[in-house]
This record gives sequence, structure tokens and C-alpha cells, in this order.
Amino acid sequence: MASFTPAQRAARPIPARRRLVFRLADDRNFLGIALMLPAATFLLVFLAYPLCLGFWLGMTDASIGQAGRFVGLANFISLAHDNIFWLSVFNTMLYTIVASALKFALGLYLALLLNRRLFLKSLVRAIVLLPFVTPTVLSAIAFWWIYDPQFSIISWSLMKLGFIHQFIDFLGSPWNARWSVIAANVWRGIPFVAITLLAGLQTISPSLYEAATLDGAGPWQRFRFVTLPMLSPIIAVVMTFSVLLTFTDFQLIYAITRGGPINATQLMATLSFQRAITEGRLGEGAAIADAMVPFLLAAILFSYFGLQRRRWQQGSRD
Amino acid sequence: MALGGAAPEGMEYLERLPRRLVTLYLPLAVFLFVLLFPFYWMTTTAFKPDEELYNYARFNPFWVHHPTLAHIKKLFFDTSYPTWLVNTMLIAVASTAISLFCSVCAAYAIERLRFAGARYVGLAIFLAYLVPPSILFIPLAAIIFNLGLFDSDWALILTYPTFLVPFCTWLLMGYFRTIPYELEECALIDGASRLQILWKITLPLAIPGLISAGIFAFTLSWNEFIYALTFISSSENKTVPVGAITELVEGDVYHWGSLMAAALFGSLPVVIMYSFFVEHYVSSLTGAVKE
Repeated sequence: MASFTPAQRAARPIPARRRLVFRLADDRNFLGIALMLPAATFLLVFLAYPLCLGFWLGMTDASIGQAGRFVGLANFISLAHDNIFWLSVFNTMLYTIVASALKFALGLYLALLLNRRLFLKSLVRAIVLLPFVTPTVLSAIAFWWIYDPQFSIISWSLMKLGFIHQFIDFLGSPWNARWSVIAANVWRGIPFVAITLLAGLQTISPSLYEAATLDGAGPWQRFRFVTLPMLSPIIAVVMTFSVLLTFTDFQLIYAITRGGPINATQLMATLSFQRAITEGRLGEGAAIADAMVPFLLAAILFSYFGLQRRRWQQGSRD
Repeated sequence: MALGGAAPEGMEYLERLPRRLVTLYLPLAVFLFVLLFPFYWMTTTAFKPDEELYNYARFNPFWVHHPTLAHIKKLFFDTSYPTWLVNTMLIAVASTAISLFCSVCAAYAIERLRFAGARYVGLAIFLAYLVPPSILFIPLAAIIFNLGLFDSDWALILTYPTFLVPFCTWLLMGYFRTIPYELEECALIDGASRLQILWKITLPLAIPGLISAGIFAFTLSWNEFIYALTFISSSENKTVPVGAITELVEGDVYHWGSLMAAALFGSLPVVIMYSFFVEHYVSSLTGAVKE
């Protein structure tokens, strides 16, 4: 796959009078950098620069419309004594861990189901992805309505079936609200996990299962000693993405509870929005956003080692 | 993917139907029911008259007894919803087009030209892909404000590429890798320039990859929320997700019928597009995590 060797390059017929522009346009380095320019401009101006600016803002007392002065670590110190901030950290961890675990377990189960011989398989697979395709906020509004204290269809059905005697206040009490938003997040996340894991499952050769069966392995052992090891590299990547997206989630919470009741579902992202945009304290909001970075780095490192392991398993160099 | 769906079916003929019903079709039916129910609920609510919506005693809520278009009419004629739809469409198309252009150039440069340092640029693109909007929106808001783009379509058209370009570039890099190098070598020997090769050889072969990236980028920008919520303030510039959540709720009165109609019609464009290109969508979804 290497590029052209000097010998090959010399063998190319070079027109006698070739202007500088054409020579430049055929130079790998010049052309490469020229083609990188549009993407690099966007990413430097609107991604790398804001990322750095975010760290700077976190150390100022900037507010909307005011540049703000440098205040060192004052924002972080005040956050360290801020109970609401610690509550949001707790909520974010709970939300991320519980929702990711559920998404993984249910997504893997769904992937295993979809990987079997199935009537109308491609149609079923297309339908399964629908929650992932529809805009999160719009499906979240549907959940908001499903969780309505007076007209919840879940409460109504459970009451008709005789399981409960009064309507559940899904979003009114702290723990109910937490479980409700986690359920909505899991609903939206399952398809992504299931479909990507299904793609991984489809690359496992059936002869491995046949060999394992001849060796006397039962269904659980086939899953434990064939499926899981073969799938582990892709699980690492998918779950890193899933954790990353759940940890930084904003839209679902904003649409369903706006962080309430009494900050019970306030995540770090929603808290930083509330402080920075709603209340206008940009510096403090930026500090909360900065506090998310260490967790994200941990997730990225996890992903990196997941990728490494995959390369090693495929026997490729690098 | 090459093995298709046939992979683990080798021994499934050993299973009998009753067993398949319990271990396969029953759990699958439960999954499908849970995954689809919110859509069913969204749709029926949008077509129910108010007296049915708020009276479960007389009307079974699972069915629409007297369908009505009142909520939809209210949504399209009494609110700015049509404007939001047009805005969202415009922004999604523009930011997707810009991102595709940037990504094709970048992916070709990294994957095929392999200029000095291309590997590191590729890694940087991957890392950029992992930076979430939730930690960028505050500084970006400051930048957008300073550039004088606040509350305009351009604020979103220019910032959406920050998550679209890394994604599309990463996807197209994987796609370009599958196109045989020999084709480009032949063209080089025939005297084509590098740009001609990109335009006449690589791009036509990469059309499925371009469609995948385009579809996915379009849905991502259609679904985007936090930037649109932060950078847009006036009602007529909002996008569908932001407008639905901020403008359709009047105080404590929730007009559930029109809210659900808004959710339904806001989802339809992406769902229709998705239904035409399911395979492309799935391949970009799985391709994004595979490489």
C-alpha cells in the first residue's frame, strides 16, 4: 500500500513544458496540505480554539456580554464547595453507569436475537434503528407525555391490570425522575449498541460454533468462550462511544425534566448550561464543562486500547 | 459484513419451532413493542381530539375514536412551525454539503496522498470526533457572539461541521481504503494529475460512501440541539427541535396534541430519508465504530 517508489515516479512520462502550478498540484505534500485546508480551518477555528478558550473561560469571571478578568482557580474552588455541583456529578455517574450497563446488556441480547435466522430480518433491523434515527428531543417530548402525572399511559395500563392503585408520579420525586430519564436514555441507546454489535457478530465464522459444539460446548459456553472473546474489541469501542454520549448527554434531560425536581436529574452538562446561558455566568459554566474533561480522557484512553487490541488480534502490524 | 446474515445459522436447523417461539420471537416481540410504542403513542396523540386525550374513562387511550386534524392545523397555521422546518432543512443541507466537501478533500489527502504527517493528522481527526458539543458550546457561544453571527443561520451552518467533518472524514478514510490503489496507478501512468484522479476515479467509486456520510451527516445536523438552543434566540430562526421544546409550551398549559404533532412531523423527514437508505445508514453507523 506504500506510495510510489522513486523508480516508478521516474518512469512516469513527464510532459516537456509543465508549469509550476501543475508540478505543485502533483506534489504529494503540497497538494495534501492544500486539500487539508478547508477541514483544518473549520476544526481549528470552531473546535480547537474553543476548546482552549473553554479552559481560559473557566478561569475567568466572564459573563454574557462581558469579557471577564482572570480569577485563577476561584471557579473550581467555589465548585468544590457547591453541593449542587457534587449532586450533578453523582447524577451524571449514576446516569452513565446504569444507563450504559443496561444499554450494553439489552443491546447485546437484541443483537444476538437479530443474528439468528429470522423472518423479515432486514425489515426488523430497519425498524429497530428508528429510535436512534428520530431526533432525540422529539422522542424525549413523547416520553415527557408518556410520563405525564395525570395522563400517563403506563400508569393507566398498570392500573387497569391491577398492579398499582394510583397514578405514578414519574417526574415528580427525585428517584422516580432519575429512573425515568435513565429508561428514556436506554430506549434511545439500545438500537445503536445492538446494530453495531450485530455487525461484529456477523463477522464471526459459524465454523467456530460448530467446532465448539463438537467439543461438547453448550449454548452458554459457546457464548462465553466463542462469542464474547471474538466480540470484545468491538464491544470496547461501542461502549466507549456509548459512555461518552451518555456522560455528555444534554438534550434528553433538558427536554424531559430540565434538571428537576430540585436538581435530582441535573447532569454536569445541563448544570453548565444553566449556569452559563440561563444565569449568564459563562466562567462558572465553562468551569463545570472543564470538569467533564478528565472523565472524557479516561473514556478515550479506554477506546484507544480497545482499538490497539483489535489490530493485534487481526495480526496486522502497527 | 461480507459474510452477510448467514453467519451463525449453521446449526439452527436443529431447533424446533416451539423453542424458537419462546427464545427468539417472544423476546423480539417485546423489544419491538417497547421500541415502537413511543412512536405509536406520538401518532395517536397527534390525531386525537382533546376530549379523548384527557378522558381515559370514556375513551380507551390506545385507540383514536374520532380522528381530527385540529392539532396539525394549529401547528402549521398558528405557530412558526413551518418556518422552523424550512430553517432546519436549510441548515442541515448547507452544513452537510460543506462538511462533505471538506471531508472528501481531507480524507483523500490523509488516506491517498499520505503527505508528511498524514498519520498524525488522521489521529487528530479521530480525537476531534470524540470532543462532545456539551463542552464546546460555552466558548463557541462567545466566539459566535464576537463574530456577529449570533441568532443567524450561519451560526449553525458554520458550527455543525465541527462534529460532521471529523465523522465524515473518518468514514470516508475507511471507504477510500477499500478502493484498489492500482486504479489510481493506472491513471497516473496515463498522465492524469492527482486532482483528476480524485475527481474522475476515486469519487465516482466512492459514491456509496458519500451517500452514507451524507445521510448520516444530514440526520446528525437535523437532530442537533444544544448549539441551536444556545446560538439562536428569535423565534423565526429556530430549528424544529428547539422550537418544539421552547415555543410550543405556553406556561403550564401543555397542548399535548400539537406537541406530539410537532414531534411526529419533525421526525418524518429523517425517517423517510432513512427508510430509503437503510443500508447506507447502517454501514456508516457500523463503519464509524469499526475502523
